[in-house]
Amino acid sequence: MKEIINLPVHSIEEEEYHINMGPQHPSTHGVLRLVVTLQGETVKKVQPHCGYIHRGIEKMCEKDTYQQIIHLTDRMDYLSAHINNHAVCLLVEGALEVEVPERVKYIRTIIDELNRIASHQLWWCSFGMDLGGLTCFFYGLRDREHILDIFEESFGSRLLHSYYTPGGLMQDIHPNFQKRTKDFIKYFRKKIKDYDKLLSGNVIFENRSQGIGVMSKEDAINYGVSGPSGRASGWSCDIRKKYPYGVYDKAEFNEILRTDGDTYGRYMVRMDEMRESMKIIEQLIDNIPEGDYTAKMKPIIKLPAGEYYQRVESARGELGIYCISDGNKTPVRMKFRTPSFVNLGVLDKLSRDMKIADLVAIGASLDLVIPDIDR
Amino acid sequence: MNSIYTYFADIFHGLKSLLIGMSVTGRYFFSPGQIVTQQYPENRKTLKMFDRFKGDLIMPHDANNQHRCTGCGICETNCPNGSIEVISDRIELPDGKKKRIIDKHIYHLGMCTFCSLCVKTCPSDALAWDQTFEHAVFDRSKLTKILNKPGSSIIKDIE
Ligand code: SF4
Ligand code: SF4
Repeated sequence: MKEIINLPVHSIEEEEYHINMGPQHPSTHGVLRLVVTLQGETVKKVQPHCGYIHRGIEKMCEKDTYQQIIHLTDRMDYLSAHINNHAVCLLVEGALEVEVPERVKYIRTIIDELNRIASHQLWWCSFGMDLGGLTCFFYGLRDREHILDIFEESFGSRLLHSYYTPGGLMQDIHPNFQKRTKDFIKYFRKKIKDYDKLLSGNVIFENRSQGIGVMSKEDAINYGVSGPSGRASGWSCDIRKKYPYGVYDKAEFNEILRTDGDTYGRYMVRMDEMRESMKIIEQLIDNIPEGDYTAKMKPIIKLPAGEYYQRVESARGELGIYCISDGNKTPVRMKFRTPSFVNLGVLDKLSRDMKIADLVAIGASLDLVIPDIDR
Repeated sequence: MNSIYTYFADIFHGLKSLLIGMSVTGRYFFSPGQIVTQQYPENRKTLKMFDRFKGDLIMPHDANNQHRCTGCGICETNCPNGSIEVISDRIELPDGKKKRIIDKHIYHLGMCTFCSLCVKTCPSDALAWDQTFEHAVFDRSKLTKILNKPGSSIIKDIE
């Protein structure tokens, strides 16, 4: 007679297991590896593993002169390359107490905002695509191409520009720059309506983003989530308003704040920020004063010994640079407080007890750039 | 009653939003004039890059095979990646003075990050950007280029 063996029955719903999301996963937008602890389909824990694209930029800065550091910062958050460059330039100019020409400030501010729009456009593309709307990807990239053309004509490259130098700009803007920028604003004002029709009001999109990954204002402050993600939770943290640099104090614009703090809120903040950026550009583009495109700088820049900190508002949040100089032509230490790295920290908190498909939506709404995390 | 009402309201709201979205894609579907795709490589002959496009580092030579490089090595010092090697010679001028001239100006395209520091800092404007962009090769040794042409010399009055 056969004996009946009672094997313990493990139901898949009860047992926890780990899966690796990434480093080669399309929705992590790069080489980010998330070790996700799942129970069934419910996310219990997310552990990010960084370092797959670590290039040691901070260490490399220690052997480079301040002019050479600029081209390394391009490669951290490549989608807001100009803004990163701006941070280094402001740091050096602040330490040397150089007054840059007014023209440079105007041009830098306009280009920073163009860069922010381009970055948010690409985020919109990939956000739509992560949630299954492939059309978004094509439409967003099509419109981003116009900005890249403006960049290419003036600075000669599309993504990594190295256009700012301490004291000014590499070369003057192209004569077509103003006309092209105005044309783009006119064009994009029409196209952004398409964005809203296509995604913002879409029922599938709304159901997948509203109430998903809610971040309270306390969480945003405790985790240091800056930028559009933090502002969606009602934390007013816009460096452009709080510590104005460039000519942001001369332009009229609103800091976009929302209180819902969910994925949909983060989405809407970025959409509105694109409109605000266009507003800033429109106010400045016709008023660029004549003048030099660079201040007089010594060929070898030496910062006085001491510690310096400079922050700017990049497309993802607060970018801070901490620099120690001992009076030589290279810094002793450069530390970058990159927004993506800090924003990644809250991913675990937001996605607990959500479904795994929501993890993709939450990750996309934080707008992480992986080389910015690893540096 | 109320729940039935919201049920149908949701369905209609959903359908409407989908139709609004479809109207956008449909509009592009029926207006091929708005297509922006370029037919590369078929359009290679007409494809032109912007004048400032940073494609490839060159040293412009004039009709007499003369360039402006003095061999001072400033570009080599300023390059953050060591992509430039300047090898210079010393020659004796007829009046007995020694002068440095360029022997080889070696440029490693594969190591270049297109930061443009070399072009900007060259004191005699000897370097410039070319607008080529098809850089793919089968062997990376082909990415190492010698920028001064064989037999070239320096334009007279450049110091
Ligand atoms: S290219 Fe310019 S900087 Fe470089 S060695 Fe020649 S003259 Fe000097
Ligand atoms: S562009 Fe920059 S990286 Fe390239 S050769 Fe010139 S200095 Fe070096």
